[in-house]
Amino acid sequence: MSAPTWTGPKPAVQVCTHPALEVPADKNYAVIGKSKPKIDGREKVTGQARYTADLKFPNMLYGKILTSPHAHARILSIDTSEAERIPGVKAVITHRDVPTLKYGISPARWDENIFCIDTVKFVGDKVAAVACLDEETCYKALKAIKVEYEVLPAVLDPLHAMDEDAPQIHPEYPKNLNTEIHQDFGNVDKAFREADYVRTDLFIGNRAYQAPLEPHTATSIWQGGKLTVYSSTQSPHYFQYYIAREFGLPMGDVRVIKTYVGGGFGGKLEPTGLEFAGAVLARLTGRPVKMFYDRAEMFAHNRGRHRQYMKITTGVDREGRILGVHADFIMDGGAYTSLGIATAYYAGAMLTLTYDFNNYRFDMKRVYTNLPACGAQRGHGAPQPRYAFEAHLDNIAKELGIDPIELRLRNARKPNTITPNEFAVNSCEMEACLEKAREASGWADKKGKLPAGRGIGVAVGSFVSGAGYPIYRTDLPHAAAMIKVAEDGTAATLYTGATDIGQGSDTILCQMAAEAMGYTYEQMKIVAADTETTPHDFGAYASRQTLMSGAAVKQAGEEVRKQLLEMAAEMLNLPPEQLDVVAGKIFAKDDPAITLSFEAAARTFFVKKGPLVGRGSYSPPKLGGNFKGAPVGTSPAYSFAAQISEVQIDEETGEVAVLDVWDVHDCGQVINPALLHAQVHGALYMGMGESIWEEVRFDTKGKILNPTLGEYRIPTALDIPPMHSILVPSYEPAAPWGVKEVGEGATIPTMGCYRNAIFDAMGVSVNSLPLTPEKVWAALREKRKAGGENVWDPMACECLIE
Amino acid sequence: MQAIADKQGINRYLIQLTVNGDVYSPVVKGNTLLVNLLRDELDLTGTKKGCELGDCGSCTVLMDGKPVDACLVLALEADGSEIVTIEGVARHGALDRLQRSFIDNAAIQCGYCTPGMILSAKALLTRNPHPTEAEVRDAIAGNLCRCTGYVNIVKAVLEAAEVTS
Repeated sequence: MSAPTWTGPKPAVQVCTHPALEVPADKNYAVIGKSKPKIDGREKVTGQARYTADLKFPNMLYGKILTSPHAHARILSIDTSEAERIPGVKAVITHRDVPTLKYGISPARWDENIFCIDTVKFVGDKVAAVACLDEETCYKALKAIKVEYEVLPAVLDPLHAMDEDAPQIHPEYPKNLNTEIHQDFGNVDKAFREADYVRTDLFIGNRAYQAPLEPHTATSIWQGGKLTVYSSTQSPHYFQYYIAREFGLPMGDVRVIKTYVGGGFGGKLEPTGLEFAGAVLARLTGRPVKMFYDRAEMFAHNRGRHRQYMKITTGVDREGRILGVHADFIMDGGAYTSLGIATAYYAGAMLTLTYDFNNYRFDMKRVYTNLPACGAQRGHGAPQPRYAFEAHLDNIAKELGIDPIELRLRNARKPNTITPNEFAVNSCEMEACLEKAREASGWADKKGKLPAGRGIGVAVGSFVSGAGYPIYRTDLPHAAAMIKVAEDGTAATLYTGATDIGQGSDTILCQMAAEAMGYTYEQMKIVAADTETTPHDFGAYASRQTLMSGAAVKQAGEEVRKQLLEMAAEMLNLPPEQLDVVAGKIFAKDDPAITLSFEAAARTFFVKKGPLVGRGSYSPPKLGGNFKGAPVGTSPAYSFAAQISEVQIDEETGEVAVLDVWDVHDCGQVINPALLHAQVHGALYMGMGESIWEEVRFDTKGKILNPTLGEYRIPTALDIPPMHSILVPSYEPAAPWGVKEVGEGATIPTMGCYRNAIFDAMGVSVNSLPLTPEKVWAALREKRKAGGENVWDPMACECLIE
Repeated sequence: MQAIADKQGINRYLIQLTVNGDVYSPVVKGNTLLVNLLRDELDLTGTKKGCELGDCGSCTVLMDGKPVDACLVLALEADGSEIVTIEGVARHGALDRLQRSFIDNAAIQCGYCTPGMILSAKALLTRNPHPTEAEVRDAIAGNLCRCTGYVNIVKAVLEAAEVTS
């Protein structure tokens, strides 16, 4: 404790970032706000839905990639002659047969090659590929490729990656430093000097993996100079862009088509290597080539959650008001950049959203290691720092004797404010989320009153509703859409580049289209995520599609509506402004007896004027400050959430049983409540897995110990507690119909709320994810040894386990 | 079972099995997996592959009424058996009550686990038409889902069970 005087935090800067936008008085919607069944439900329950691996083409070959068995080694020679002689082997390729242009999803650091040239950098790095008549022959061929390696010392511990004598992974990046961030807002040192209590805690995250159920697959087909790739992707656009760049093709000659996708969670956002290798093999053989990863290869390709080492210091006054925060992190990036530059910035940028404080410093080092590359996983960079911050705040609350919810309410962000790192927050119901969660969970009757071994914990979070800037620099709109009404008006097709990977964007965008047109959802059809037939959209990441793709769809729908009403006005001999159209029925506003069907007007339109088409596009306004890294974390709108969990700890085994969990969300106006709550369920489930069980583990040579779904331990139906998904009323002025995101935001508070429930139950702080029984047990043992003091050191436990 | 050796001396076996009521007589190798026979030879791609290790249950089919992971069953072992895949659940285009219930309860997201889930649930409701929630969870414990947290899947199965009663 220090600082004799308390001046209190400065009042938040009050701004209205979108003064022209107001909450509409009329919220009686015909199509949105309703739990319409998924547009692809029938295909998915009957087995009719075709995923990329289900596609077959005449004359198709099967392809596999040969990967490195070493974490770090020099390639001395590659001999493919024996493999080439095996009957059924149609092509074998290495780095000599492919472009050597480096690629990567982050333009800031293009550091990957299609195949390794000099060195392999992790167990699973890509070395060669084969195309064969069948899958079995592929494995024979891979075995017959002779690669001579000189094994090099490897960097497996990120904390020693920057040591003077550490082996160098990329010569261009000395000390294995992939990226370094130093951001400073306000005056943190002064805030700490003025604080009544300053505390530092250290937390460690885990390497988690998205583990979508559908393995990555890509099938490449050349027709003359044009390449078509069917892919299980979250973003056909970025694939198209990077494939065209790699092969020097015009983007118009690269067609990427998303089929049904069996989940992504961030893992299918960037090229996997299957597209590049497949395109070359298809070119060489003149035949379609289907490339795919098995489950272990998916774990090795990875691009999952970074493990972060998070030192966090906060100064508060005696009322618990946050005066300043310093986040000092190190991130294990693995062998390549992937999306990791953005991840590194997100890790610090998103911490300022939920609480109102003015002084913030963020230091981050993302280091290369000889482990699989990490990327963007649901919540992109934010969940682990949020776990650290929320755990840290509970430590502070305990020290000051303040109820954890009360502490959060005192600091909760208000609407129309700006964060210290210059994110403009419009709608924000942080306080309402906390209050509602407190009430729904029965917090007042439980906190401090539960029987021994039981505990209750709270944590909050916030997330972007779409990134303010695209991944590479371009002035393309972020989303575009087109609607074509059928000639007789009995159907309308939405063409959108938005990418449904299971979250339901096809469904909600059709609801939005119908609402804007004055049509019915049941008559909507959709063509999505095909770079040739649908207009550009950046795809499914950063929780962007409901807001951004939705804005484009709304505009397209309104254009259809306007043209339709003009035609109806001609037919009814009335001025168009006197007409309205809702759910397929055109009527005169002041005389409901005058009606005309949507179909009749649309048919007449086609007869007289040709196709009835609406177009829309969306670009966000210029957002954010002017400092380095300012764009990361900007968004037109932010969601907010509070989560509470109740746990029971078995003191003998350290086992954590989750008894109940509540999520209260401010996600703006809801388009489809059933799908929204389903997103929350999935996020809570995934967050729970990462909190308690999931972790990719390695042996001392950098080989994954648990590359299976069973041993990685994704939760089963038997592990899941009751879940309560609750909403608070909210409307976002910067979004179409006031929408905001939900899918990623609900993952962000989860780890912190479990940790805090364990802390409440046992008084031990498990400062390392996942919160496994062995760690909880070890923490309890240390506490007993220390005579009841919570002295558990996360670093000690890390060593114990690994 | 008839076997013919090819020029490398690898045996091919003529097996017979019923799939969704249709009789097939494919020629398979000793190491041909049932899941690959269904997907690659019979073009029944509704049966999904998620791990090929028996972890995920995406390839669940009914073999003589029992749910099995088709990636852990050799085609040879399926000789003489009756298989039901997801394509055989709807009858003449009319959805089964479980399929209806999955749609109505928003129990589908990416849909990759859905065929296996529905078949495991179907086997459960056949042997136990009125399961408890715990029995439903137990019956689908071998079917992993990465999207739904199982919340709406359990609800959908329980609701489908109610419809029968």
